[in-house]
Amino acid sequence: MEQNNKKATTHNIGIYLWIWGLLFVFSTFSYLVDWYEFQGLLRWSLIIFFMLIKAGLIMAIFMHLYWERWAIVNVLLWPMTAIMVFVGIMTAESQYTFFTRALFFVMGS
Amino acid sequence: MSEIDLSKLPKGGKGFAHDFAADQTIFKGVPWGKAMMWIFLLSDTFIFSCFLISLMTARASTTAEWPYASEVFGLEVFGTNVPLLLIAIMTFVLITSSGTMALAVKYGYERNRKMCAWLILATAVGGLTFVGMQAFEWTKLIFHEGIRPWSNPYGAAQFGSFFFMITGFHGTHVSIGVIFLFIFARKTFRGDFDTGRRGYFTSMKSNYRAIEILGLYWHFVDLVWVFIFAFFYLW
Repeated sequence: MEQNNKKATTHNIGIYLWIWGLLFVFSTFSYLVDWYEFQGLLRWSLIIFFMLIKAGLIMAIFMHLYWERWAIVNVLLWPMTAIMVFVGIMTAESQYTFFTRALFFVMGS
Repeated sequence: MSEIDLSKLPKGGKGFAHDFAADQTIFKGVPWGKAMMWIFLLSDTFIFSCFLISLMTARASTTAEWPYASEVFGLEVFGTNVPLLLIAIMTFVLITSSGTMALAVKYGYERNRKMCAWLILATAVGGLTFVGMQAFEWTKLIFHEGIRPWSNPYGAAQFGSFFFMITGFHGTHVSIGVIFLFIFARKTFRGDFDTGRRGYFTSMKSNYRAIEILGLYWHFVDLVWVFIFAFFYLW
């Protein structure tokens, strides 16, 4: 392992401070979504937009994924599609459950 | 173990095909510890996804009114109720600790032992602050607002169980991270990664790459909080 202890080339400190600052700004924005009590589609899309930007910055820069080779990036990101499919399935499922519950309250047993 | 010269390998899509067609290691230039940490984080992603998807399912399928998080987690400051104040502060504390961790990794690779160790210690203190504020939040909700996993005065009964399960599981991750951060701060101050001193549990020599692996875990904890903040507190 000795050869691993050579001084490695690293990224400029500026990029970390920039991302740090951006994360603060976007967190403030997502807090402001609640502060100004945006509702409905505007609220949900803003929440998801800021969430994805923050997640992307953390993964790409802080977790160095931007500089990794495609092999590991693909192995890590493709499984997320499975999660999205699961979200889709459970959305349909929960709507059906809600429908049967509502039906029960209207019609009785 | 010889180092691979990554600059000689094809990049991007061609590199992807090249690495996956390789006869030995797929993840070129990625130490095994880092690859394993990534695989672990991937599995952890699935666990947290299951929690958040269950939250979505429960919330979308219940006919009861879902408690308004903005009100439940409000904090009274000088007589006025500020919505989500504590949660916002916790978010900023966690992001700050993520920033110090990123810098610790950088200074670790630059063999700046003192700076690296101090930044790890700062990260640990940030994590401890976060856990402390979470303990305060739980105390407030359990003893003053009467929120239980089976009922609460604000609306749908499922709210409490999801709150304790999701934030509890995340808080456990933070606590484990804090313990490891303190251990690694001590190891770095002592110079373990320069002298190759063997680890207490693993009895293996380590180097500054271990700090990047620890950093991956810590950033992941921050990453999960981004999603919890969005889906549990803001939605």
